[in-house]
This record gives sequence, C-alpha cells and structure tokens, in this order.
Amino acid sequence: MGYNPDKPMDGRISDLGPPYYEQFHPPVIKENKGKWLWHEILKPGILMHKSETGAEVYTVRCGTARLMSIEHVREICDIADKHCDGFLRFTTRNNVEFMVDDKAKVQPLLDDLASRGNKFPVGGTGAGITNIVHTQGWVHCHTPATDASGVVKAVMDELFDYFTSMTLPAQCRIALACCLNMCGAVHASDIAILGVHRKPPMIDHSRITGVCELPLAIASCPLGAVKPAKATVEGKEIKTVQVNVDRCMFCGNCYTMCPAMPLADPEGDGIAILVGGKVSNSRSMPKFSKLVIPFLPNTTPRWPETVAAIKKILEAYAKGAKKYERLGEWAERIGWEKFFEECEIPFTDKSIDDYRLAYDTWRTSTQFKYTSHTAKYTA
Amino acid sequence: MAKHETPLLDQLESGPWPSFVTDLKRQAEKKPECWDILGQVELSYKDRITHWKHGGIVGVFGYGGGIVGRYSDVPKQFPGVEHFHTVRVAQPASKYYSTKHLRHLMEIWEKHGSGMTNFHGSTGDIILLGTRTEHLEPLFWDLTHDLNQDLGGSGSNLRTPANCLGQSRCEWSCYDTEECCHQLTIKYQDEIHRPAFPYKFKFKFSGCPNDCVAAIARSDVAVIGTWKDNIRIDQAAVKEYIAGNYPSNGGAHSGRDWGKFDIQKEVVDLCPTKCMWMEGGELKIDDKECTRCMHCINVMPRALRPGVDTGATVCVGAKAPILDGAQFATLIVPFMKISADNEFEELIEFIEKIWDWWMEVGKNRERVGETMQRVGLPTFLSIMGVDPIPQHVKEPRSNPYVFWKDEEVPGGFERDVEEFRRRHAA
Repeated sequence: MGYNPDKPMDGRISDLGPPYYEQFHPPVIKENKGKWLWHEILKPGILMHKSETGAEVYTVRCGTARLMSIEHVREICDIADKHCDGFLRFTTRNNVEFMVDDKAKVQPLLDDLASRGNKFPVGGTGAGITNIVHTQGWVHCHTPATDASGVVKAVMDELFDYFTSMTLPAQCRIALACCLNMCGAVHASDIAILGVHRKPPMIDHSRITGVCELPLAIASCPLGAVKPAKATVEGKEIKTVQVNVDRCMFCGNCYTMCPAMPLADPEGDGIAILVGGKVSNSRSMPKFSKLVIPFLPNTTPRWPETVAAIKKILEAYAKGAKKYERLGEWAERIGWEKFFEECEIPFTDKSIDDYRLAYDTWRTSTQFKYTSHTAKYTA
Repeated sequence: MAKHETPLLDQLESGPWPSFVTDLKRQAEKKPECWDILGQVELSYKDRITHWKHGGIVGVFGYGGGIVGRYSDVPKQFPGVEHFHTVRVAQPASKYYSTKHLRHLMEIWEKHGSGMTNFHGSTGDIILLGTRTEHLEPLFWDLTHDLNQDLGGSGSNLRTPANCLGQSRCEWSCYDTEECCHQLTIKYQDEIHRPAFPYKFKFKFSGCPNDCVAAIARSDVAVIGTWKDNIRIDQAAVKEYIAGNYPSNGGAHSGRDWGKFDIQKEVVDLCPTKCMWMEGGELKIDDKECTRCMHCINVMPRALRPGVDTGATVCVGAKAPILDGAQFATLIVPFMKISADNEFEELIEFIEKIWDWWMEVGKNRERVGETMQRVGLPTFLSIMGVDPIPQHVKEPRSNPYVFWKDEEVPGGFERDVEEFRRRHAA
C-alpha cells in the first residue's frame, strides 16, 4: 500500500497538521509542565529547571549547523536513546537540547557528546553567543546575495569561545539573512549579517514575455523605478520594462516577481552589518538593528572581512558595556558616534537614512559627543 | 553521480563549529546526490553567486503551499540536484521529538529525498531539503499515512505557527503557548494549505515579554504572555541573592567576575519605571507602576515570579523590511485571557476579524502591518472595534493633521458658500 499515481485522490489524507506535541514530552517534562519554579545555568550549555514537585530537569544544549543530514539526525537520536529515554528537542535558534532527569546522568551525557569530535559543541546559554539563526544561501535559495551556512561556520569558528563561555555583558544574538527578504528576520538582532545586492536588475527581454506579468513587476518596485518599455527581440517589438537605475535601492523585489530581472552579481553582492537590535522587552523596548557597515565582499570560503568586523564589534562591546547591557543599549548609552569610534568603523553616508521616515533618525539637537569625527571642527 | 573536487568547501571542514561540509560528505556515502549538492555549492563558492533557478511551481494535489520548487541552473553538471524542491513539514509545538518519530521521518526522507534537512526553518517548520517532483506525492502519502504528519505553509497563506516552549520547561510562561499554538494550527489547516490571503500571515506565541520566539519582530499577530496582578516576591530568596548565595540572572553571568551582586545597582536602578526600592532589607515593588519588562525577574529567578492572573498582550503587524522597512508589531489588546477552557475563543475572534478586513482591503503582497500603515492606526482600531487608549502609542502625535470626520464636527462638512459670501465679501 502506498501512493497510487493512477488514482491520486484515493485514500488521500490531508489537513492533519503537526502531531500532538505532548507525546514527545520526556516524562519529567510531561509531569512538571506548568509547575516549574526557577532555573539556573550550572555551566555554559547546562541548564537546571526546578519544579515545585521537587523534580529537576537538566538540559544540555548543543550547537548544530542547522543544515544537517539524515545520518546526523540519527546520531542525535542515538544520543537521546542512550541518555534521555528517547526524547530531545530543538530550540528556536537551531540548537539541539538533550534532557535528563537526574544530575548523575549529566556527566555521562557530556562525555558521550565530547567523544563525537566537533559535532556537538555544548554552550549557547546566558551571557554569550548562541547559535546564529540563518537562512539557506547558496545551498538552496534563488535570490541570495551571499551564502548562509559557510558564513555562519566561519563566524562561529572565530567566536567559538563565546559560545562555550558566559563572559559577555549580556546575551548577544547574531542572525544572518542572505538577502533583504530576511527569511531569517534579522532586523532585531544584536548583530545582523545581511546579504545585499548593489547592482540594479538586468532585463532579459528574450524571456520576459513568457515568465513575467509586467504590471506585477512594475508594481513590485517600492520606488517606482520599474517602468513599462518596448524592446526588439528577434526583429519583433515586444512589451517589456526598464529600470531607472538612479532610483533602484537593490531590494530585489522585482526579481521575486519577475524571473527575467536577475540582479545577483559576484562583485555587486556582499554583506552589510547591522547592530543593536533586540526582541526582548527587558529594560528597554524592542529595537531594530542599525546599519553600521554597508558592504563587505563575498570572500569565499571564509569571509575574513565579515568575521573580523563582527569580532571587532563584539570585543568592543564586551569591553565597554555594563553588566546586563545589550549591544544596542550600550551603543545608545555611549552614543552612536562613540560606537563607531570604539569599534573603529569608518562612518559613511550609507549609515544615514534617506529612505522613508528617515527624518526620525536625524539628530535634531545640540547634544552630541566630541569624537574623531568632529576633529576638523575643533582643531 | 560522481564525487567532485571541492577545494573551497574543504576549507570549511576545519575549526571547532560543526561543519555542514563534513556532514554532507558523510551523507554522500549513502546518498550520492549529496556529491552534486557539494559540487554545485562549490561552484557557487568559485563564482560567488547562486546556481538555483528562480521558482518553479510544484506541490501536492489540493494544497497551494508546503513545497517550494527549486531547480539547478547547471543540471548537466550536477544531475543529482536538477530538481531540488524543499518540503516544509509541520513541526510539533515546542519542537520536542521522540527518537522513534524522528527516525521514522528520516526513513521516509531517505526513501524520497536528498538526505539533507534543516532543523528547523526560520518560521519553525522541519525543512526537508531537496527532492524530485515525482517524489512529492509518494512522500506526502508516507508522511500523512505512516507518520500522521502534514506539510506546513508557504506562499500567501497562514505560515506554520510557532511558539516558545512555554510552560513545558519555563517558569515564566503566562499561558500555555504550546497548547494555543497547536490548537490554532489545527483549526486553521485550510488557511495554511490553501493560499487565500493578500500575502503571508504569521502567528507566534511567546510565554512572556522576553519573547524567545521573536513574535514581536516577525509575526502579524504576536501573542506575548503577561500578567495583571503583582510580581510574586519571596523575600527570603531576595536575601539569598543579596548575600551572594544565589547567582544573579540564573547564572548567566558566571563566566566573568562582575564583583559582588548589588541589588540596588543591578535590579532597582535598572528598572525602567523606577517602581522598586529596598526598605528594611526587603525589596518593594509598586506594581501599578510596573510595565512588566522582566528585567528584575530575569535577574532573580528564585526570588521573583510573574503574577498569577495571567494572559497575553496581543500586538499586530510585524514584518521584515521588504518593502516599506521593518516593522515591529503594534500593541492592540493590552490584556487578553488565553485559555484552552474556552478554546481560545477571544483570540480566534480577534484573528478572524483581522482576516475578514485584510482579505478585502489588503493589496497584493501587502503584509497586514503595511495595510495598517496605509489606513492609519485609528482606522485599524475602529475596524477592530477597539477603543483608542494611550497604550496604543509611544507618544501622542506631534503634527496637528487630524482626519476629522463629517459627523464629528457640529453641522457637518456641507456648507453654503453663497450664504457665506453674503456675510463675507470676496
């Protein structure tokens, strides 16, 4: 019995949704749901939650590459079968968590994980770096301006000690989206790695008629830069579009709507760095990340410019921020002019907003700090 | 499918972080199409550009979402990834699994796909990465019949909802996020599978204002747990923190010597509303001034807990930047009871009211947050039947351009210019 292509609708089941979560709760979770009293991070990557019943659950958190094979998932299952009664979970940031109900079970689990090479790094808790939320990049996506998995690997290799320790002023959330569509929703991260295009779309006149609804392509441009036009293809006049390149902000929305308008380019594409966002409401309200480095090249396979820039920002933050201060809270306290100075990032016009609602970010005050940027006025 | 030389990707095998390249090579021993994944990605590393074609509409009968079509633009070189469609599989709430279930899913994917996955996609689905069109129906059959599991959402529909792990393993969760997420996911299967919206629509469920599932940043309806009574204080435990017997922030800062815990500096002074103080060795909180930011609770989890009269704040309209810039979700309902006892009735009514309106007025590819911007928050509130309150804004408007309505001004807008001229010569 199985799918019969001659009778595709026979026996079809649909709209089941996901399986009910409760069957996947480890016993200690099922028994203590809603009864948890407090938690403590015992060591980097190891959490203990205490229930009002007296029960304890010990969670060991491990990083993953997110992009993982069947063989790797089976290895995760082997570990969970051996130590965790056959249960496990994943976090929203692509870590895998192994849970045990007794402190004595933690060390054998850790020993097992450590015996498996670099596949299961333990960490990602508290005032450190956890796994980088990211998108598909060149392994699967059709619109990326950079890769995802490779950049993440290179950055995490460099920041690894921050994953396995808790020495930062607060947690620092890094996220990567390989284009402005931001499948990874990186716009509220402490450090956002964002793939950006810098060349306007090309128009493939020979294909546009077959693959593109011209009014949708025209309407897709937020700045009205895509206009109707005519072109000659094999001696015949066809309806097509043209792009006013002075107005193009390289968002790629036209390419999403029209496959005949590709804009990716090895020299044009690269990475922008945005910093200072947060999602939590703790202390200050949620914040967007702000663009501080407009462009770094796609230097494969290890993106050294991007890795170095992030490390520099992180180290300046680690040095300058107070306990509990998120990166954005630190930058706001010292002032963004100081942020650029502390991180040794050249300030350019690219960091001044000239899109919609830009005026909200202009400084309409006499309050500022003297930094290297003001030297030519104060000399 | 032959093995390809991958000198660039090979450089991503060293280093302490898990290597997807090593993992792909391991899988390629059993699934030779993985050699072609490696080959094509290596070519992208060389060319510094993607080699996937734009789009491709594929799916399973009766669904308009759940599968993302993908084709290689160099199929002759890498026939193993000529078709490389993504399958989005609905994840169980909170992302707990039994190994029995995961192993079964891997068996199905070994039979029908490339052998590569994502745990998980950004929205929350399990991503099965790379299969051929002719495998889609058999895969769907096995998923539904053998595993009792379904596809998630893609396209202009309700995307697979997601939640923080909530009360299952967190002491701060103010409602049962996983039950709420599961029940609404089941209720809205049609909306998930058959695109009928102007654009994508997302729900996310966080148990407290720490918002671990980033609901406020990326969901059209963000349901974020909160409480309306007082923070629970255990004064004995406060003393233990002051004495240094309990680690601050649940041990999150134990990797650096930050000096002795100072409750004044680390808790009282960092309170955004300054509604706390120390008095006679006890921590006092003026709860009516508290905005429930979670900082004090985060710092002293053994001494402070959210109140017991709990529910959620419901915010609407978050999105990533395409096109008008990023938006956070805007507070619409300050407090709503979120309870399985009445089958989440209030929340469901709220969501469906948004859909009824947005499906009518939303433009193609316009997120509800953009529709709200276009019509204005006062109009949106009135459509939702929500009375405007100061909590809806950070501050009142600073321009005087009020859109008064005809019925709000005595005598209305209709006037007689001739009668006006009789009294006022031009």
